[in-house]
Amino acid sequence: MKRFWVVFVARNLEFFRDTSSLGWNIIFPVLLIFGFAFAFNGSGQSAYKVGVFGDTAVKPDIMSYQHIQFIPYTNLPASLSKLTHHQLDMVLDLPARSYYINTESSTGYLLEKILHSSTNTSLERKVVTGKVVRYVDWFVPGVLGMNILFGCLFGVGYVIVRYRQNGVLKRFKATPLRSIEFITAQLLSRFIIVLFFSVVTFVGTDFFLHFQMNGNYLDLLIVTALAILCMVSLGLLFSTRFKSEELAGGVMNLVTFPMMLLSGIFFSLEGTPKVMQDAALALPITHFVNAARAIMIDGAGLAAVWGNLAVLALMTAGFLALSAVLFKWE
Amino acid sequence: MGVILEVRDLHKSYGKVKAVDGVSFSVPEGTCFGMLGPNGAGKTTTIEMMESILAQDSGDILYKGAKIGHSFKQNIGIQFQNTSLQEFLTVKETLELFSGLYPKRRNLDEIVEVCDLKEFLDRDNRKLSGGQRQRMLLGVALVNDPDLLFLDEPTTGLDPHARRDFWKLIESIKREGKTVILTTHYMDEAEILCDELLVMDKGKIIEQGSPNELLRKHFGEPAVRLPVGAVPSGAQFSCPSDERNGELRLQCADMNTTLKELLDKGVSLNGMTVERRNLDDLFMKLTGRQVDITGNEVEL
Repeated sequence: MKRFWVVFVARNLEFFRDTSSLGWNIIFPVLLIFGFAFAFNGSGQSAYKVGVFGDTAVKPDIMSYQHIQFIPYTNLPASLSKLTHHQLDMVLDLPARSYYINTESSTGYLLEKILHSSTNTSLERKVVTGKVVRYVDWFVPGVLGMNILFGCLFGVGYVIVRYRQNGVLKRFKATPLRSIEFITAQLLSRFIIVLFFSVVTFVGTDFFLHFQMNGNYLDLLIVTALAILCMVSLGLLFSTRFKSEELAGGVMNLVTFPMMLLSGIFFSLEGTPKVMQDAALALPITHFVNAARAIMIDGAGLAAVWGNLAVLALMTAGFLALSAVLFKWE
Repeated sequence: MGVILEVRDLHKSYGKVKAVDGVSFSVPEGTCFGMLGPNGAGKTTTIEMMESILAQDSGDILYKGAKIGHSFKQNIGIQFQNTSLQEFLTVKETLELFSGLYPKRRNLDEIVEVCDLKEFLDRDNRKLSGGQRQRMLLGVALVNDPDLLFLDEPTTGLDPHARRDFWKLIESIKREGKTVILTTHYMDEAEILCDELLVMDKGKIIEQGSPNELLRKHFGEPAVRLPVGAVPSGAQFSCPSDERNGELRLQCADMNTTLKELLDKGVSLNGMTVERRNLDDLFMKLTGRQVDITGNEVEL
């Protein structure tokens, strides 16, 4: 335990004294969020968007008006979910002769006035409630995921390979330090560092951008912690054999870029080919991002995201087991 | 004086290159044991197998008469040829880190005292001079108060002053009764520090013994050199002589006889020098090659 502890402390000191990389760990994700929040903030839609479920012979007058976009839906709950998140301004349920608006939406209010002023048929009013989901609300879980992805893979994988290349590992090998003590110290140190920076990123961005958090903070913390555990284990797996920083860095970049693009960090995979969506499910960060979004935007509980949690836990166990078999000091 | 470490018929190959090719020797307890040879002679490979860092292809290494077990690492201290440490740690923190890895610890204040680390104890370990760094690494090797200390080319790259300081350190550690195994390509270093020497070349041991024994065995008594002008012309001597750069060189079997002969023949002893052969000469005699200050062979 003493051996574990001294290595753990030394690694933490090393990290927090490396001010250049420390700054990078804080500044980069915050800049990214602000940049994207700024870039995607403009309300690009000029037309009102109305979802139309089902069909009837007689259509409401409003459906013939210009500058309103009507989008047919075959699934009512899907369209209502979009209405809740302000991606639609109104939903017409034609078979049930009713309409839905979001009470939080100003465009919904105006559309309702237009509907009443002109209607040839009387429709029953139904409401949903939900705050607008801005891009930043959607993007914050993605950035947390990206933080975890880079912080863990490079913070464990790259660092251990660097230790191997420059002889730090060899020096430790000459002492009674066991590899399991060394590895757990590295993993725990990185786990705490990445968790700390995830919290800092979350709190710091929230202070300025007030993004949505509709779920339970503890649930989000648990999901985040599990994702970090999974990714430090993957980082360890990369560190088991590589002898040169350049090679390890190259391979890790090769792995992180598809993960960054496919895990739904920057854009939703909705509407992409099925094979791409299936591939994304093989990536741990996808499961984190999906679970975090469900908690933060939809207010889901842990039970609702148990599938993501189970995948993360299984992957963690797999990475650790494989690393234990493969790890070499030299 | 018992044997602390015994090496029996050690082999290690890298591909087709036989880095260590059937090496056997024993290290007496409490001595400074030097392994000498040019770069690539197999010194580091041999010492790393003795440290249990490298696995040998074949052969045995015995510590105090028994095969090396799990506790071996707790009883030895190692200073590698090139050691990197974790960055952003001070000298003190580095010592504490390594000290925490051993069950048996030596008081850190004592180590600071022995290795003279006081003035830069709180400095980042990357900002040390070459000599300070080697002293710190020696300190790291001493944290567990080892019986057996391995030093792999500890003074390579140091300036002459720092080397001398480091030698003093090793002398004081020897006085504590520890066994020191040292590799070097500096012949003067080996001559000053080592009680017992092993000369390696191309993976094999080519000579072994104490520095004085080896020099006497290969060069006999020291030679005497005189200015040619001091010797009456036509004088003949009983021991072999040759003339070079205006000096007459006499290789004597016995110094008393030679000096008496010189005085008898009316030779003035003013300007006479006694030539003591050193290990450089020995190495050249053994291998037909010479080694320069960086450990590389010099083309003759």
